[in-house]
Amino acid sequence: MTRGLGRPPLVLLVPAGIALTLLLVPLVSLLVVTPWARLPELVASEEVLDALRLTGLASLSTVVVCLLIGTPLAWVLARVEFRGRSVARALVTVPLVLPPVVAGVALVSALGRSGVVGSVLRDATGVVIPYTTPAVVIAHTFVAMPFYVLSVEGALRASGERYDAVAATLGATRWTTFRRVTLPLAMPGVVAGAVLAWARSLGEFGATVTFAGNYQGITQTMPSLIYQTLQNDRETAQTLSIILLGVSIGVLALLRNRWLNAGGTTGAGA
Amino acid sequence: MNRRLAVLAPATLLVATLAACGGGDDGGSGGSADSGGGDTVLRVQAAASLTDAFDQIAEEFEAQNEGVSVEATYDSSGTLAEQAADQAPGDVLATADENSMQTAVDGDAIASGPEVFATNTLVVVVPAGNPAGIESFEDLDGDDVTYVACVDTAPCGAIAQTLIDDAGFTNEPASLEPDVRATLERVVADEADAGLVYTTDAMSASGDVETIEIPGAEDDPTSYPIGVLEQSEDAEAAQAFVDLVLSDYGQGVLSDAGFGSP
Repeated sequence: MTRGLGRPPLVLLVPAGIALTLLLVPLVSLLVVTPWARLPELVASEEVLDALRLTGLASLSTVVVCLLIGTPLAWVLARVEFRGRSVARALVTVPLVLPPVVAGVALVSALGRSGVVGSVLRDATGVVIPYTTPAVVIAHTFVAMPFYVLSVEGALRASGERYDAVAATLGATRWTTFRRVTLPLAMPGVVAGAVLAWARSLGEFGATVTFAGNYQGITQTMPSLIYQTLQNDRETAQTLSIILLGVSIGVLALLRNRWLNAGGTTGAGA
Repeated sequence: MNRRLAVLAPATLLVATLAACGGGDDGGSGGSADSGGGDTVLRVQAAASLTDAFDQIAEEFEAQNEGVSVEATYDSSGTLAEQAADQAPGDVLATADENSMQTAVDGDAIASGPEVFATNTLVVVVPAGNPAGIESFEDLDGDDVTYVACVDTAPCGAIAQTLIDDAGFTNEPASLEPDVRATLERVVADEADAGLVYTTDAMSASGDVETIEIPGAEDDPTSYPIGVLEQSEDAEAAQAFVDLVLSDYGQGVLSDAGFGSP
């Protein structure tokens, strides 16, 4: 690849090395200092199993919600001309740059017991959203969906409208076109977006603890458990971090082999 | 190939943003009060709940000792103790519980002390107007009562857990908040019917919450120890500050803020 272009210049290689070091040193350090002998005992503890179960449930639910409502939003942003479309697209990116704690405070203001929507809901039906597992999924969806929508919208724009137009001339309705033509073409973006949303959900802490709360088995995810453990037991927190790191890398590796490559090939061939 | 790149480009960009959106601020209230204008700087590291009282004591200390300025940093006790044990620069350390102070002692960071200078007890706080009609600590054990406490890894949570266990409650807290300020905030915002916080926190938010004493809470107080740090460059001034905290003046300031005497 580089033959004929000359040696890569140091002015690029040195900063690249610094960047790689910055990313790797903390992770390697975590691997080095973790008291591995305590891992089996910790993984088997009820508190950790509850947190792992809840983290898995919440992150998968978040991905499902993104697929169900994020995909249509991405399609509308990419394919439908309407006033304020650029404003809508800008709004989608806001949670992306928002500090998670601020997202939590915003969710409390809206859906908390005394929130704008939450107080109406509570008076009308007696339903209270905070302190429940659905509250965790709502918080995760709020912070993860922008990743999904932008990824899918990018894929939809990149694949272009030509195939949609051809399908329409062949008599397909817009819904059929969406299902049979548009969506399959955008599949690499859908998969990449789902993975990003899932990863964001897996690590979500600030919005969850601020909005949903923290209680074992109901709202306590792995990051919340790690944070509270860190307050008085750094070693256990390190070991718990390793579990989460292992789960993340494991699933990403699995997806990479199973989906990302296959998806990428489809995208390139289309 | 171009199309594939175009598809994956936004995803790559997003991966980059992931890093920036990692953890949230944990709400640790780091802050510093620097009155400036002195030759010697005395660095006091204290638990967040001491903020108001220690600011006042620091002012008095500067008035008594010309040429010395106090630079106070307030954070969670665990964090400050860990930093002290790691030899972070500082002269005086005051924590909100003895376990945290023990971390600093074990790290050979305490030159003199530690000595307990104040205590704090738990109370029940309810939102202004008491919408859920909580009259006593026992009322928290009602099925439809939503109350919050600190996680049991924090000093305030450990005491709360003891009180709840001793009372034999069947109604568990709706949420265990990371620290006492977050617990108080749930009640101030009317997101919970009641919360278990320190007396001093209840007093600091007296306009927004109503306080209900817990019978027997004085049997489970948390103790605030203070000590001079090994890494202090002016141990004499540091000891003078500790003495002022332990003096009648210092004890008066702490008492006004709601702390108990040791």
